[in-house]
Amino acid sequence: MLISPFALFANHHEDKAEHNEEEVAHHEEVVVELTEAEKKAAKRKAYIKHHLQDSYDFTIWQAKGIGFPLPVILWDEGLHLFSSSKFHHGETVAESKGNFYKLYHGKIYKTDAEGTISYDEHHHPTNAKPLDFSITKNVLTIMLVGLLIFFVFKRFAKSYSNNLVPRKGGKFLEPLVLFVRDEIAIPNIGKKHYRKYMSYLLTVFFFIWFLNLAGMTPLGIGVTNNIAVTFGLALITFLITQFTSKKDYWGHIFWMPGVPVPMKFVLAPIELLGVFIKPFALMIRLYANMTAGHIVLMSLIGLLYVFTNWFAKGAFLGLTLFLSIIELLVAFLQAYIFTMLTALYFGGAVAEHDDH
Amino acid sequence: MEQLLNDFSVGLFFWQTILFVVLLFLLRKFAWKPILNAVNEREDSIKSALDSAEDAKREMAKLKSTNEDLLNEARGERDAMLKDARDMKDKIVAEAKVTANEQADRIVAEARESIQHEKMAAITELKNQVAILSIEIAEKILKEELSSADKQKTIIDNVVKDINLN
Repeated sequence: MLISPFALFANHHEDKAEHNEEEVAHHEEVVVELTEAEKKAAKRKAYIKHHLQDSYDFTIWQAKGIGFPLPVILWDEGLHLFSSSKFHHGETVAESKGNFYKLYHGKIYKTDAEGTISYDEHHHPTNAKPLDFSITKNVLTIMLVGLLIFFVFKRFAKSYSNNLVPRKGGKFLEPLVLFVRDEIAIPNIGKKHYRKYMSYLLTVFFFIWFLNLAGMTPLGIGVTNNIAVTFGLALITFLITQFTSKKDYWGHIFWMPGVPVPMKFVLAPIELLGVFIKPFALMIRLYANMTAGHIVLMSLIGLLYVFTNWFAKGAFLGLTLFLSIIELLVAFLQAYIFTMLTALYFGGAVAEHDDH
Repeated sequence: MEQLLNDFSVGLFFWQTILFVVLLFLLRKFAWKPILNAVNEREDSIKSALDSAEDAKREMAKLKSTNEDLLNEARGERDAMLKDARDMKDKIVAEAKVTANEQADRIVAEARESIQHEKMAAITELKNQVAILSIEIAEKILKEELSSADKQKTIIDNVVKDINLN
């Protein structure tokens, strides 16, 4: 459903090459007209956008160009595997098994040997996009954070093997695990069914929280402000909800008990829509919150460079620090909200309505 | 929305989903199950410890009341025993008194009898002594009376005179 627009892009406007060239010319003209300050602002905007985006190399210090390339894996009538250093940050065309690829605005497009990119009237590239399974910065971050979570909790679990009282790090982690169990799972799902959902709830909670915290680092590895990641999480919640649901759950969707028959017909489509809206809201909420937080923080940091007045600089520095602390809270809060709503949907799926 | 869809990375979604599911199963096996089991086990053991403490408390209370009962019983028994002892003492004393009285009476009676007996013996002795003395006196008198021929002749004469020849 979400993939189809890419295919549309790929097959569209191929016959409008001349028009697109005009567009490019027009675009460049506009750039020339920009004043020095406007250029700077545009650069900052681009920087922030780039910082929030996924990328094919792991940038540690952008200004100094410190970082390392990551493997690019493409499926384009055969598997293509090469290092992202071949792109030279989009400056050159990468060749693999007779196909040519170019990095343009953080996306890989299939091009000819010269790297020609054609555009439609909205200045969107119309080149074909290969299926991209590259180990990007975000994928690498997910792997590393996943490994971190795994080893931290494996160690924590092991500390229970000879005594039942948590020690060291466990003293900090156990209350969190109990928090998920006693404040999220049991109140929303109920004592009878909560056990089978605990693994998912705990994993999703710590996964989101750790990734949110990783996004707070200056490395620009905001994984959770990527719609694909939140979509993946919401999809799993959606699937678990549907596949573990009881008869009552579907009964409440298609034949709402306790209301007159005409109302049942009215409610059924609304309820059915709700089934999809719930995980959709989960996806958008996490994505939007994390993205907004990062944009606000980075904009404030950007303002530090815009203002030359030292008083204003100080004020914005203070504000940035304050918002950073708020963001730390939000990192936890969003993980909590996601887990909490997930538990709520699970609870709805297994609820037993004795009153009907 | 278009921007959002354009930003959607299929590769990232693919990796994220796979990695997340792998992480979910690994954590379930190696972390969540042992952790939750340990926590449950601990909670159960705390609960059972509390329960057994409550039981012990109840047991103690029961024991205390039993002790109280035992004590009361013992006290009652002691009182009864004391009462018995006192009664016994009174009885013994009374019996002893009676026996002593009887004994005393008997002794007095025996003494009296003995005295009577001794008295009678002494009287008999005295009578015998008096008789012996009387005989001795009579013998002496007789010897005195019959010491001379004249006197003997007088006596024989008196006796012969008294004898009536019938």
